[in-house]
Amino acid sequence: MSITYLEAIREAQARALREDPRVFIYGQDVGAFGGAFKATKNLANQFPGRVLDSPISEDAIVGLAVGAAIEGMRPIIEMQFADFSTVGFNQIVNQAATLFWRTNVSCPITVRLPFGGTSGGGPFHSQCLEAIYAHYPGLVVLTPATVEDAYSMLLEAVALDDPVVFCEHKFLYYHLKAEKLPEEALPIGKARIAREGRDLSIVTYSAMVHEAFAAAQELSAEGWEVEIVDLRSIKPLDTDTVMASVSRTGKLLCVGEAWPFGGVTAEIIARVTSEGYGLLDAAPQRLNAKDTPVPYHPNLWAAHRPTARSIATAARKLLRQ
Amino acid sequence: MLRPALEPGSADIVAESHLAAYRFMLRARLLDDKFAALYRAGKIHGGVFLGRGQEALSASLGITLHKTDVFAPLIRDAAGRLAFGEPVLDAVRTYLGSALGPMRGRDGNVHRGRPRDGYLPMISHLGAMISVVNGVLLARRFKQIAGTVGATCVGEGATSTGSFHEALNQAAVEKLPLVLVVANNQYAYSTPTSRQFVCEDLASKAVGYGVTAHSLDATDLTECLTVLGQAVEQARSGQGPQLVVAELLRLCGHGEHDDAGYIVPALKNSPLGRDCLKVAEEKLLALKWADPAQLAVWRSQIIQEIEEAVAQVQREPAPDPFIEDWRAFSSAHLSETHPD
Repeated sequence: MSITYLEAIREAQARALREDPRVFIYGQDVGAFGGAFKATKNLANQFPGRVLDSPISEDAIVGLAVGAAIEGMRPIIEMQFADFSTVGFNQIVNQAATLFWRTNVSCPITVRLPFGGTSGGGPFHSQCLEAIYAHYPGLVVLTPATVEDAYSMLLEAVALDDPVVFCEHKFLYYHLKAEKLPEEALPIGKARIAREGRDLSIVTYSAMVHEAFAAAQELSAEGWEVEIVDLRSIKPLDTDTVMASVSRTGKLLCVGEAWPFGGVTAEIIARVTSEGYGLLDAAPQRLNAKDTPVPYHPNLWAAHRPTARSIATAARKLLRQ
Repeated sequence: MLRPALEPGSADIVAESHLAAYRFMLRARLLDDKFAALYRAGKIHGGVFLGRGQEALSASLGITLHKTDVFAPLIRDAAGRLAFGEPVLDAVRTYLGSALGPMRGRDGNVHRGRPRDGYLPMISHLGAMISVVNGVLLARRFKQIAGTVGATCVGEGATSTGSFHEALNQAAVEKLPLVLVVANNQYAYSTPTSRQFVCEDLASKAVGYGVTAHSLDATDLTECLTVLGQAVEQARSGQGPQLVVAELLRLCGHGEHDDAGYIVPALKNSPLGRDCLKVAEEKLLALKWADPAQLAVWRSQIIQEIEEAVAQVQREPAPDPFIEDWRAFSSAHLSETHPD
């Protein structure tokens, strides 16, 4: 038996609904239809009255979740695409994110964002919005890269007292498989050494972990051993694990599928240079998507975001310094 | 959208509710006056936003709700807040930023509430609280708590927002017991209604959402009590969301920083420009539900209560940045430990 990243997300939601009567799911087409990606398939049947179709009203969807959380529920919100969460942005960043700080009442909502590029997605079905949400105090931002993390981190997100922006990568939905669901996991806020190496640290997250892996394989054949840090959680950010890795390798390449300006890769480099300048043997580098909207055609899309090949090229430059 | 027949219940009950609402109106007016004075004296950080002209509407909503209901007031709801049960101290502490207030100096002025008590603190983005009220109501449905009403108030300017549209439609789809009060005070900050909408009557919007509409003259306390009483009762008895459109004129600036020079004299001199507090006072006296001596006693009692609250709060500690818990996460274990 094998289970996909998408099935793990569905199973985590089923378990949350089963084990916690406070949990309900609200979003567009999540009911009988089972969601645009089928992440809630059969859940409306299994849990009658607890998986509700919403109108196409992202602002009101999140606002409702905040109100329900105040009243002690644990809503899971599905945004059909991360891109559409910008329509509900105000409620996420101003209502949910500030509630605890203002009132001492926590806001346990989980907002699932199917995010990231897939071939043919184009400008409005491909965006990576983790940095803009992480910018706001009060939001936990998660980016699972594995089937196991998709499952365990979603369960932990629902159990957490804070609002969570759960960035699940659409490219991984069907591609990624595991033999079974995990029984234990690293907690939220801890990064993971996904691959050990001595020559260079690649710090990345979500789908780019897998591109970095492919690049590392290629570089291994050339005699370089690359360490890969999978951040798992963008906020909070596990600076300690990143610094420990850089202290072993002396070189840092940050990779993100998101746009470069003010992003996660910039944040990592800022932290490592200011707190661990002496650990670096070369200027830290980053590789991001190009600073344009995400293109539609596969030729353009493949060149727009980092890939195993472009990561390997950037890594070689750094390794030869 | 028909104006309902007035005067439900016995004469005693009517008199009692008028007197109760009037006392909250007066308390709110005098509290607002005190905040305005403190603002002019430079004792308040940030803005001061008064409810002058909206007291009859706001107090009527507040006393019509049960204490177990949900209320998300907006900036001109001092009277409704008091009537819903907010202590004067909460208001004073929030305006003065006391560390002992419900917002602990982290937020100020009208941005106050106690969410656990169904009293929701507004954010500044107009229309944004409506769907939050919907969420509390849906949660109570999940928890099988029956008989709850959720009320919130917006101005006519908020009817132009997407949030208003989304949330009212959402409440209608879920058939939630929402009472959405639109206080059409003729200006959204400085923008007149002619630049806000072109429909003849905002209440006609209710048809498009499939919800019940009510209209009222908010300068008339009797009409406020009667119509809001009916709207709240209809929501409570399962008839779905109720849209209440109240007509009034804001008798002050948007905030105390604003001299409101844009308000046209014709409106001030029209029936809309009547002061609801004076209108109510005249009615209480005319019907002999109270006499001038009684009104004077109430006024002096309230002034004393407010002065005592302000004096107390001015002696209270201000928030201390060195002991402030600079933590936005509720989950302490998630706070990052690396240096800022």
